[in-house]
Amino acid sequence: MFKELAKGLSITLKHLLPGNTTTVQYPKERLEIAPRFRGLHRLVPTQDREKCVACYLCPTVCPAKCITVESAENEKGEKYPRVYEIDLLRCIFCGYCVEACPVEAIEMTSAYELANFKREDFAFDKERLLKSQEGAA
Amino acid sequence: MTPEVLTLSNTPLLYTAAMLVKVVVAFVVTLLIVAYATWAERKIIGRMQTRCGPTMTGYKGLLQPIADGLKLFFKEDIIPAQAHWFAFIIAPMMILAPAFISISVIPFGSDYQFTYDGILYSVPLQVTDLNIGVLFIMAMAGLGVYGIVLGGLASNNKYSLIGGIRSTAQMVSYELAAGLSIIAIFMLSETLSLRGIVSAQQLPLWGLEFLPSWVHNWYIFTQPLAFGLFFISSIAEINRTPFDLPEAETELVSGFCTEYSSMKYALFFMGEYANMITISAIGATLFLGGWDGPFFSWMNFLFKVFAFMFVFIWIRATFPRLRYDQLMFLGWKIMLPLALANVVLTGFAVLLWQ
Repeated sequence: MFKELAKGLSITLKHLLPGNTTTVQYPKERLEIAPRFRGLHRLVPTQDREKCVACYLCPTVCPAKCITVESAENEKGEKYPRVYEIDLLRCIFCGYCVEACPVEAIEMTSAYELANFKREDFAFDKERLLKSQEGAA
Repeated sequence: MTPEVLTLSNTPLLYTAAMLVKVVVAFVVTLLIVAYATWAERKIIGRMQTRCGPTMTGYKGLLQPIADGLKLFFKEDIIPAQAHWFAFIIAPMMILAPAFISISVIPFGSDYQFTYDGILYSVPLQVTDLNIGVLFIMAMAGLGVYGIVLGGLASNNKYSLIGGIRSTAQMVSYELAAGLSIIAIFMLSETLSLRGIVSAQQLPLWGLEFLPSWVHNWYIFTQPLAFGLFFISSIAEINRTPFDLPEAETELVSGFCTEYSSMKYALFFMGEYANMITISAIGATLFLGGWDGPFFSWMNFLFKVFAFMFVFIWIRATFPRLRYDQLMFLGWKIMLPLALANVVLTGFAVLLWQ
């Protein structure tokens, strides 16, 4: 019994030595994010508009049913999403929308600080999704 | 020229002044240690569990105890409607007062000598030297239980009541082992005065005259078993982990102080740390030679107290809480017989060698 007690005490004493803390002082320091981290979605733009062709594959594959797409045709006769909205409160960040997309029009950034004050602020429409940046909400 | 000891009848003014200074210094230093013991505990336990502890308030979180105190001071003071208000108010005071009173009989340094009006005076660095000092400390330790029991009873809350009941059983049974282990000490010192016990520990080790003069007869060397028993039972008496059953925040919410808030809760908290300091001081005095050592006398004493407190904190960071039946088993079936055996053994040793 005494051996085990001494062993426990030696472990805690070892941890007391400097350089053993594993705490990351969060707002000041941040952990490095994995390259394939699934954060806030971003609609990829081309020269004049979003890449998305409104094929409805992403709302179909979405397990949380959080994507709303309404397609329309522009003056050149191309299909584009008139409405593209992601309800972030329902989204589970599975990344299936990214995998499903045939034209690589949606991707996921590393932004993870997505807290907000109002319920409405979590509905990300097309304009906001086009503007979302790496690392910032 | 031998220094004259200050007495109330010969030098009343000087005596009163010296007494007041001693009381104020002992009180303020204890309060300061109480405040910063909380900081040290959080910091050390944090580090031992690979966390940081307080870092934000002041340099390395050094202002944290002050911020905590201010916060608790300005919080709403709730007395539950079903509580017995008088007992509820008096309970936190009853736990804090005995802890501070015990400090008064502990010698925290050798005699301080000074000249006044051409006469050399000497002041013992001890608030008062009771000839029954050890008994007094045991009595005060016994009083400490009432605060917890009363707090638990007066709150009219089941968790508090269970905490209070646990503490009664725990503290009463461990007081026996602590008391019996101390008996072995004053069988050797042949005095109950703490001053006498400290001076008895300055004799050569085991009475061997050929040892170098700095090797002193600290009772930890003559009574190692008593020291171990005293140490464990004193942890139980001040309700610290692994014997913190009265509080047991994982099972009893917060035990006896569940219903307490604001400054009353702070008093319980201070009482816990003051008890820790008192027990550390008693342990240092009885077993580690009091203020005896290589530095200034009060420095040696503080160093020993801090060492004790570090071990208490270290143990808290390491061990989980005992189950209630294990606690009782340890107290009555292991500690008590060992303490009794130690007393008998010491008796034989005293008979044989003296």
